[in-house]
Amino acid sequence: MHKILRNLFENKLGPLFHEGGKWHKFWPAYDAFYTFLFLPAEKSREGVHVHDAMNLKRLMSMVIIALIPPFLFGMYNTGYQHFLALGQPAGFWDCFTYGALKVLPIVVVSYAVGLGIEFAFCIIKGHPVSEGYLVSGLLIPLVLPADIPLWMVALAVAFAVIFGKEVFGGTGMNILNVALTARAFLFFAYPSYMSGNIWVSGVPAEVNARSGATLLAQAADAGFLGHFRAVNGVGYDNTFWSAFVGLIPGSIGETSALACLIGGFILVWTGVGSWRIIVSVFAGAYFTGLLYNLLGFNAYMQLPAHYHLVMGGLAFGAVYMATDPVSAAQTNKGKFVYGFLIGVMAVLIRVVNPAYPEGVMLAILLLNVLAPVIDYFVVQANVRRRLKRFKTAAHVQ
Amino acid sequence: MTTQAATSVKKEKEALFSRKNLKLLKDPLNDNNPVTVQVLGICSALAVTVQVKPSFYMCMGVLFVVAMGNVVISAIRNFIPNRVRIIAQLVVVAGLVTIVDQVLKAYAYDMSKKLSVFVGLIITNCIVMGRLEAFAMGNRVWPSLLDGIGNALGYSVILMIVATVREIFGSGTFWGIRLIPSSLYATESSAGYVNNGMMLLPPMALIIVGIIIWVQRGTNKKLIEKPE
Repeated sequence: MHKILRNLFENKLGPLFHEGGKWHKFWPAYDAFYTFLFLPAEKSREGVHVHDAMNLKRLMSMVIIALIPPFLFGMYNTGYQHFLALGQPAGFWDCFTYGALKVLPIVVVSYAVGLGIEFAFCIIKGHPVSEGYLVSGLLIPLVLPADIPLWMVALAVAFAVIFGKEVFGGTGMNILNVALTARAFLFFAYPSYMSGNIWVSGVPAEVNARSGATLLAQAADAGFLGHFRAVNGVGYDNTFWSAFVGLIPGSIGETSALACLIGGFILVWTGVGSWRIIVSVFAGAYFTGLLYNLLGFNAYMQLPAHYHLVMGGLAFGAVYMATDPVSAAQTNKGKFVYGFLIGVMAVLIRVVNPAYPEGVMLAILLLNVLAPVIDYFVVQANVRRRLKRFKTAAHVQ
Repeated sequence: MTTQAATSVKKEKEALFSRKNLKLLKDPLNDNNPVTVQVLGICSALAVTVQVKPSFYMCMGVLFVVAMGNVVISAIRNFIPNRVRIIAQLVVVAGLVTIVDQVLKAYAYDMSKKLSVFVGLIITNCIVMGRLEAFAMGNRVWPSLLDGIGNALGYSVILMIVATVREIFGSGTFWGIRLIPSSLYATESSAGYVNNGMMLLPPMALIIVGIIIWVQRGTNKKLIEKPE
């Protein structure tokens, strides 16, 4: 197989795309597939070039591997929530198959549209295709509800790739996280498909009416507390663990804090994700949650702080979105500030504005924009510190 | 600007629609568009372009104010003391805007309600003051009129494009007339088309203006910047 492919690429297809070949215009597309399958053909020949084994391709592959736990769990949970709401008993494979049939088309659409646009831009501009979209293409389905119409997915992906990434110069140049740009687009463009009573897949309107109080409560209280009340009646005493494991309604991949943590360990262990960001997001959210507990004016504020950490997209956002190496803060001190402020803003938006239960998304996008400012102040502080040291040293002399 | 003034003094007799005068009219439509090239008047391009009809009234209002403002200021340009020229210009513009406001209230009350504060805000539209300062203060009445009309039309072209896109995709209508048949829309039980709510929000207007600038800079050779 390997030999056949190699022969096909190097001897049959290669000459067509090389300089002077018939399809040289499409060189970036050929190059993308070739380097995806094999080692890059071009190697540095002179001078000193020390290359780390960790290039963008390996980095992105590592994130894909880390995304597998929430991805698989999301497929199972989509089916689980569906059969739970319908009141039908269903085994593990029933749930998983139902979820897979819902989730996989979204993934296919996301990759087809996103990679299509990416290839088109690279061919027009003559850039090599980079692997940035491999991760975004899997992240986007995981932050959407399972019932989202596929044409909306396609539109959001197109918007996010073009206006979130390509206008800034492609992979590595984007200011905003691409996956969250897609989600934010859908959130503001089609709010009725992204909020309210839509988080349980495949539940027709008449079933919603029949199942009475629980789902009605969810409709009336579309915030994240609604998730809990809908599944577990009024209280939320014994739901911390179900939320931690992830058997709650929500976007496909975001419900399980446990799966996200497993992915987070993979990212931190391989050095791809920054533990500084992940830890400080959780710290910021917990701190703000405690602060609101002290105030405790309403039900949202009284929600125990540790619930904030397992609910909604906080864990998913902290592990996979906030750590995006392109849009996050670059300095180590900056990463602490950046992560902490994401946690603070996420809980702030959740609690103060119940219309936006997904405060995490808005918090991360906001801090994406602010990340360069944070870095600027960290760097300036360092410059000042060293300048001071230099001056005192010069003075002593 | 001063050279333009000098040449127009030199050539006393000039055809009304000489090439130079036509250029005043045409340039702002594309090569020197006030919105996409000079990036002026963006605020109203975001605020009133949710629907085509109010944007059209807005464009007419701006057309009147810029053209007449240019004429009036150009006519009295030699009597305005330089140090108080901004205030003099403001008085003229404010007077014209008040006329537009009152006319709208009298003859198109719905539109006046819809445009609300934005009619009054024509005063602060950078294009108006920009043309007065940059052109009318140094040119004769006729070229100033053409310049005012040209710039207002350049502004209108962009506004109408933005409004058309926003109304069609945001509400499925054009000038209030339904374009996308309601049978295509999604209902409680069936899938289908859904209006894009983002189109109704100001950020999308900014993105559409961005796309226009993108297309314009990609196609208009005069605007393509040399690579650094």
